[in-house]
Amino acid sequence: MDSALLIHRLHFAFTITFHYLFPQLTMGLAPLIVVLKTLALRRHGEIYNQAARFWASIFGINFVLGVVTGIPMEFQFGTNWSHFSRFAGGVIGQTLAMEGMFAFFLESAFLGLFLYGEKRLTPRAHLWSAVAVFLGSWLSGYFIIATDAWMQYPVGYERAADGSIQLGSFWKLVLNPWAGWQYAHNMSGAAITGAFVMASIGAFYLLWGKYEEYGRIFVKVGVVAGCLFSVLQVFPTGDQQGQMVFRHQPPTLAAMEGLFTEQAGAPIVLIGQPNVDEGRIDNPVIIPGALGFLTYRRWGARMQGLDAFPPEFRPQNITLLYYSYHIMVGLGTIFIAIMMLSALLLWRGKLFQARWMLWILLLSLPFPYIANTAGWMTAELGRQPWLVYGLMLTADGYSKTVSAGNGLFTLLGFMGMYTVLGILFLFLVRREIERGPAAEAVGH
Amino acid sequence: MATLWFVIIAIMLTVYVVLDGFDLGAGVIYLIVAKTRDERRLVLRSIGPVWDGNEVWLVAAAGTLYFAFPQLYASSFSGFYLPLMMVLWLLMLRAIGIEFRAHIDNRVWQGFFDVVFSVSSALLAIFFGAALGNVVRGVPLDHEGYFFEPLWTNFKPGPHPGILDWYTILIGVLALVTLTVHGALYVALKTENDLSRRARDIAVMLWPVQLLLTCLSLIATYFVRPHVMTNYGVHPIGVLIPMVVVGSLAVMAWANRQGRAQEQRQSKKEKLAFLGSTLYIMGMLVGVAFALYPVLLPASTEPVYSLTINNSAAGHHGLVVGFIWWIIGTVLTLGYFVFVYRMFRGKVRLEGEGY
Repeated sequence: MDSALLIHRLHFAFTITFHYLFPQLTMGLAPLIVVLKTLALRRHGEIYNQAARFWASIFGINFVLGVVTGIPMEFQFGTNWSHFSRFAGGVIGQTLAMEGMFAFFLESAFLGLFLYGEKRLTPRAHLWSAVAVFLGSWLSGYFIIATDAWMQYPVGYERAADGSIQLGSFWKLVLNPWAGWQYAHNMSGAAITGAFVMASIGAFYLLWGKYEEYGRIFVKVGVVAGCLFSVLQVFPTGDQQGQMVFRHQPPTLAAMEGLFTEQAGAPIVLIGQPNVDEGRIDNPVIIPGALGFLTYRRWGARMQGLDAFPPEFRPQNITLLYYSYHIMVGLGTIFIAIMMLSALLLWRGKLFQARWMLWILLLSLPFPYIANTAGWMTAELGRQPWLVYGLMLTADGYSKTVSAGNGLFTLLGFMGMYTVLGILFLFLVRREIERGPAAEAVGH
Repeated sequence: MATLWFVIIAIMLTVYVVLDGFDLGAGVIYLIVAKTRDERRLVLRSIGPVWDGNEVWLVAAAGTLYFAFPQLYASSFSGFYLPLMMVLWLLMLRAIGIEFRAHIDNRVWQGFFDVVFSVSSALLAIFFGAALGNVVRGVPLDHEGYFFEPLWTNFKPGPHPGILDWYTILIGVLALVTLTVHGALYVALKTENDLSRRARDIAVMLWPVQLLLTCLSLIATYFVRPHVMTNYGVHPIGVLIPMVVVGSLAVMAWANRQGRAQEQRQSKKEKLAFLGSTLYIMGMLVGVAFALYPVLLPASTEPVYSLTINNSAAGHHGLVVGFIWWIIGTVLTLGYFVFVYRMFRGKVRLEGEGY
């Protein structure tokens, strides 16, 4: 592979992966903060308000990092992927600009009000500012997904005389069916992160034996939300997202599943290492015939393998794609088990005493982040070798005027900067958690 | 339709500079005017709830530029690769300087982030000015409409200039002074007593510098790009723009002097002075846009390689549809901004506020 191409890909991949660690928590926590504020208003419980303030302060730190790592994303379409931008900017510029106009302004304006204005607002108005932040962050998610969905499954475009792609139908772009399911799947994933983080911090307080009153609220809200969203994550959103890939990107599905050759009664591989050179899965543990059920809804249906597609149109990194997909699905299944079990214990009134379960909740904190990251790697590696599926190859999209050396220089710069930001983030969040929910919030 | 989008993007960038300009400027004077711990908190409080919303104008303007003129977005962002990356890093440092500072009540921690915030604000002001200077002077576009500009060459604006040459440095310094004055007037308006007075003194002191640099930059611009006068010749109404600039400078000087003389009617004069500075920035930027039109990014190599609204715009349908949602989005946004600025109107104080 051309080294400039590799560096520009890594540049985007690294910065977006790091960036998305923050918005997934922002989008996941926003509805939970609305729930806490609503409980405060309904039950007149000051403790819920204080709990909301605690999560707002974590949200605030997280939001700052989401913003500062997000601005580079908007810029990198132009700086590192200028040929792609020139080719497709007439279409995806629409959704990206709408994100700024509709989502960011809403979110930033009301976050300022939510964080700094509690004393100036009535309780009800303060709740509404939390709702506005929630709406803003979830709208922002939609515009980004619509952009990615168009790259996965381009619709509503026309080809201009100069070879570039222009908008043909606004509504087709905005209501892309791929975007609908991808959005549901992705937002549910973000909500899982929010729920697990809240439950995990709550479990921490209960195990620590401090702020237990808050710990119980956090675990309860986290487990109820986690239960709901971890189920939605698999069905219907994950299932339908898989159908989209099966229908519109068949080589991608074959690579994700590690199906190298066409076969009747294709299995689902639970565990096993793809051996790309030999074209088979080594040491597999399989469910025979199950893949046909997931795709054709018929047990044991005949499936096309990777060998049905010309090599140049297969995803290049089959191994990484296969692992990403399997880690995502495996973790998603474990999440359902954890949350169902916790919910059962909660219902029986035993969860707060079941220390082993609280330990599991505490230690599960990093895994939703891993699952969300693996999910995005599945989507983006799966689209390869295309940048815009069927329209533009990734190899044709990067900035030809920006040399590999310059790209590597700024990639290393971002790595250094993000290491510092990551350490600061962990340091400050750890401090907030240690100070506890009952502490006075900090501010200028 | 492309002309309309040229106007819209010029407006959005102007709004960005006016709004984020005052919080950048507040950052520049921060270490100088705010001596005590409480004064520093006051300056941060005056921009705390709004700086992020102000910065969104940059993101929204970039997004709008992307969809309306994809060719311009692609070639300018990749061509200004190195300085843009530095701008991104500075924006990051500045944001954490503002937001992370308050989390730990420790002199060393806060002192560190104070410097980070102030230095990155000043550097950003210079970078934005230099960027504007580059757009006016022209960049070495090739026949495909791309370029890659080194940080500097021989510091002369020729066919193959660098990001920094004497002209863009001049504009960078002008931007620094302008935003410093703008921020100082904002701090004067939002605070009281010594802090307010010190901020206003900075604005008063820098006023002659601003006047001098304005004149210098206009003369220099004429030398670097004689074309800038063409539109003013064809549409004499453009002469109104320099008149606005001159008038706003006069308003600033008058309001500052009056504000000093009559302490009791200070607040009105502070508003007037800030308004003067706002008008000055608008006048200068509209003047640039007026002079450039219909060119978006002039080529320093061959004039035919210049990017114009005709060779860079997106398809007609996209521009029409975009205009509809842009109007809706703008009305909503203005609503939020009016609401938020009203909620936080008046002088900032320390007691009984905050969360």
